[in-house]
Amino acid sequence: MITELTVKQMAAALAAGEFSAEEAVAAHLQRIETLDAKLNAYITVTAEQALAAARASDARRARGENLSPLDGVPMALKDIICTDGVATTCASRMLEHYLPPYNATCWQRLADAGAVLLGKLNMDEFAMGSSTETSAFGVTRNPHDRERVPGGSSGGSAAAVAADMAVYALGTDTGGSVRQPAHFCGVVGIKPTYGRISRFGVVPYASSLDQVGILAKDCWDAAAVLETIAGQDKMDSTSAPAAVGPYAAACAEDIRGLRIGLVKEFISDAIAPPIRQALQAAAEKLAGLGAEVEEVSLPHSSYALPAYYILATAEASSNLARYDGVRYGLRAEADNLHEMIVATRSLGFGAEVKRRIMLGTYALSSGYYDAYYNKTLQVRTLIKQDYDEVFQAGFSCLLTPTAPTTAFRLGELCDDPLTMYMQDICTVPVNLAGLPALVVPVGQQEGLPIGLQLIGCSFGEEALFAVGTKLECARIRPALA
Amino acid sequence: MTEYLTTIGLEFHAELKTKTKIFCSCPTDAGGEPNTHVCPVCLGLPGVLPVLNRHAVELAVMAGLALNCQIAEYSKFDRKNYFYPDLPKGYQVTQYPMPICHDGYIDLPLADGAVRHVRINRIHLEEDAGKLVHSGEHIQDSHYSLPDYNRAAVPLIEIVTEPDITSAEEARNFGESLRLILLYAGVSDVRMEQGSLRCDVNISVRPADSAALGVKVEIKNLNSFRSVYRAIQYEEQRQRELLAGGGSVVQETRLWDEASGETRAMRSKEDAHDYRYFPEPDLVPVVIDAAWLAEIAEKLPELPAARQQRFESELGLSHYDAGQLVISPPLARFFDAVYTLFPEAKTVANWLLGDISRLLNESDAELDAVPLDASEFAYLLSEVKKGAINQASAKTVLEEMFRQGGKAAEIIAAHGFAQISDSGALQAQVEQVLIANAQPVADYRAGKKAALGFLVGQVMKQTRGQANPAMVRELLEKALESEN
Repeated sequence: MITELTVKQMAAALAAGEFSAEEAVAAHLQRIETLDAKLNAYITVTAEQALAAARASDARRARGENLSPLDGVPMALKDIICTDGVATTCASRMLEHYLPPYNATCWQRLADAGAVLLGKLNMDEFAMGSSTETSAFGVTRNPHDRERVPGGSSGGSAAAVAADMAVYALGTDTGGSVRQPAHFCGVVGIKPTYGRISRFGVVPYASSLDQVGILAKDCWDAAAVLETIAGQDKMDSTSAPAAVGPYAAACAEDIRGLRIGLVKEFISDAIAPPIRQALQAAAEKLAGLGAEVEEVSLPHSSYALPAYYILATAEASSNLARYDGVRYGLRAEADNLHEMIVATRSLGFGAEVKRRIMLGTYALSSGYYDAYYNKTLQVRTLIKQDYDEVFQAGFSCLLTPTAPTTAFRLGELCDDPLTMYMQDICTVPVNLAGLPALVVPVGQQEGLPIGLQLIGCSFGEEALFAVGTKLECARIRPALA
Repeated sequence: MTEYLTTIGLEFHAELKTKTKIFCSCPTDAGGEPNTHVCPVCLGLPGVLPVLNRHAVELAVMAGLALNCQIAEYSKFDRKNYFYPDLPKGYQVTQYPMPICHDGYIDLPLADGAVRHVRINRIHLEEDAGKLVHSGEHIQDSHYSLPDYNRAAVPLIEIVTEPDITSAEEARNFGESLRLILLYAGVSDVRMEQGSLRCDVNISVRPADSAALGVKVEIKNLNSFRSVYRAIQYEEQRQRELLAGGGSVVQETRLWDEASGETRAMRSKEDAHDYRYFPEPDLVPVVIDAAWLAEIAEKLPELPAARQQRFESELGLSHYDAGQLVISPPLARFFDAVYTLFPEAKTVANWLLGDISRLLNESDAELDAVPLDASEFAYLLSEVKKGAINQASAKTVLEEMFRQGGKAAEIIAAHGFAQISDSGALQAQVEQVLIANAQPVADYRAGKKAALGFLVGQVMKQTRGQANPAMVRELLEKALESEN
């Protein structure tokens, strides 16, 4: 079946003329048509533009001018990545009808490589959540068990790839929003080093933590997409000049002699036993391949979660101030300016977004700034130093759980924000430290996928792909009627 | 009666003269149709990011150097958060704890010859807001207001002084000095009436025997240095009367009302915003290394004080004349251009401060906006000096060049202004006049030397003013003496 193919397989099939890009896109649109009523991964499907782009790709190929291995391959974007003339809602009533007048750099680079956009994917509202349940447009369901969440905030992206409704997808990861959904849905997810991929055109949640990520069917695909979109962008001052890749080639690298750390702070009773067992098995597998697996310590890890929720909400409170009803997006009617702004924001934002704006506003308030925001910056520095020391000691990467449990039930944590926030305990330190991390599926428990996280040094994505390729299990394909 | 002391600090906002905005490539030109100089970045659309304009950094550093500041090797941007429809992102990108320049000063000459050392606390870079066009007079009484974001994200510097100023007069003088320095440095157009330079005043009053400063009031909406002067005088008096009457000053922001000549309360300290400043995560720190700093310093033009000094000590101009030239950069530049070709400073200055200034006043123009060319003017002065044209004709030539441009030599020729300095030709004229004016000739020879003036005048009249008057005088004297 066309929709089951990876990027690599589809590129080969298109090159061999087994089917056209138009047929590949049509097959995906058909699958979306059949399945998405049950899963709700897509907010917008751009069927006609996708077919037109596929025909253009076929015409290029006929002239011998295909642009890259991604040319003609159908994919989708988290609905937080701006697409010129295509609605970009951030899963919020606030931007329900918002049409950006420009393309995000990451999407532009894919478009320039011939990628075909199937549509825009569901997410937690403004990327705030760990289950895709805060979307204003309904929850996305986990393809492996529709009574369970796909994770979040890039839940639509993970579900679409897991259910073969896109060959790959882009998401964003501020505290685990690519990696935890990859773990819950049984796909590969990478959050690269901060600055590796331009943030221009990606609607910000927390600017100093946000990074575009990739959800794919295997490591090679994720690596090939990363190679296409990574690199400095003059529109993003925080994008890095570091040389890009080669990432796809790194997948085949030998891992003999690599030192891989097991972080003792991440192996506690808070982690469900099947995940701890999977971690143990993975460590043994890597050792069997000649890697040196040793325990390491990141002593400040327990401070990461509170630090993250102060820093992220503080930045969010400022980033979301522009939604005031004056220029674009929702505007509520009111008698005067002040009431219009209040009414617009009351109506346009959901409960979780409001909660985070209030938390962040409080953390930045005069009299509290030093106790919260400033203290958090100090904690962030300590956390970074923990990682620096480990990597300077010669470790290539660290192997950890992705989240404490496998996919939880819909609604299970909705009234328990603190436990919901605990979902991010293994992932947020990585964003605070600005490091790359890759989640690969390694197996399943009672039909629910388990993905493990590999954390690399700054711009050390190659090692993650080399090790991740050795760890990833055969695709866990959901049984979908 | 208690004596009171006044303490004043000033805050200036100056728009930098960059071609493009501080974080995008939209033009900074004023006067376009509303919302035509905008793009996703300066409109703050979801997902956009700022990229710092390098030229804005250079101009801010130049301002710092011109105002004797320390330049920070490392500075960074912060967000100042507040809601207002002219602010596209809901926050202003500015610099809070780490400004680009700090610890400068201006030495302000006082009337009594002393100098007031006014310290500058800091200069920081920030973006301007847009502006609201109200259907009514104020936003409160308007049915609607329309935002125009053409000015949004035009680069600004904010200059903050220490409270070293003690009177309305000093404040006005400080403002004028600062304005001239920024103008010379080329960092801003500094037009107060157009808003490219804005000034807020912080003022407090205390009894002379009290060491502690009084309660501070901020005055906004000052659109000229005259307003600054008047507002301070008003506020000084208001606060003194309050204190003298046993009352106390409330810490607040007050608005200057130009029409009524009064300040009125705008908002109290309790209503002040909590701006929730925090570091701007979308920009990287500004690092100005020694090489870049040297490169910027190299480009810094001669400043007013240095030019004044040069005009006085090198060119021998009087303090007054030098000051009159320096206060107008176009006049001073024109002076320098003419002087290099016609190095007689006093003569050039006299023409510039006399006839040329009169012409400028009459036409309400700046010297760099009229067609008068410095090298043509220098040529005209050298012709006068040679005696090839007389003073009166030279003024006519100057006026014509002032209004229409053109070459001095051609205008002189076209008017037939060339002076007759040929002694043979003049001798014939002199002889005719001697014959036709027997009585004055006799008077002269009888000792009435004043008759000579009349005879010179007759020769000038006969030659329609073109005779070289000095030669005529000489020839007449020689003729009158010899035939005695």
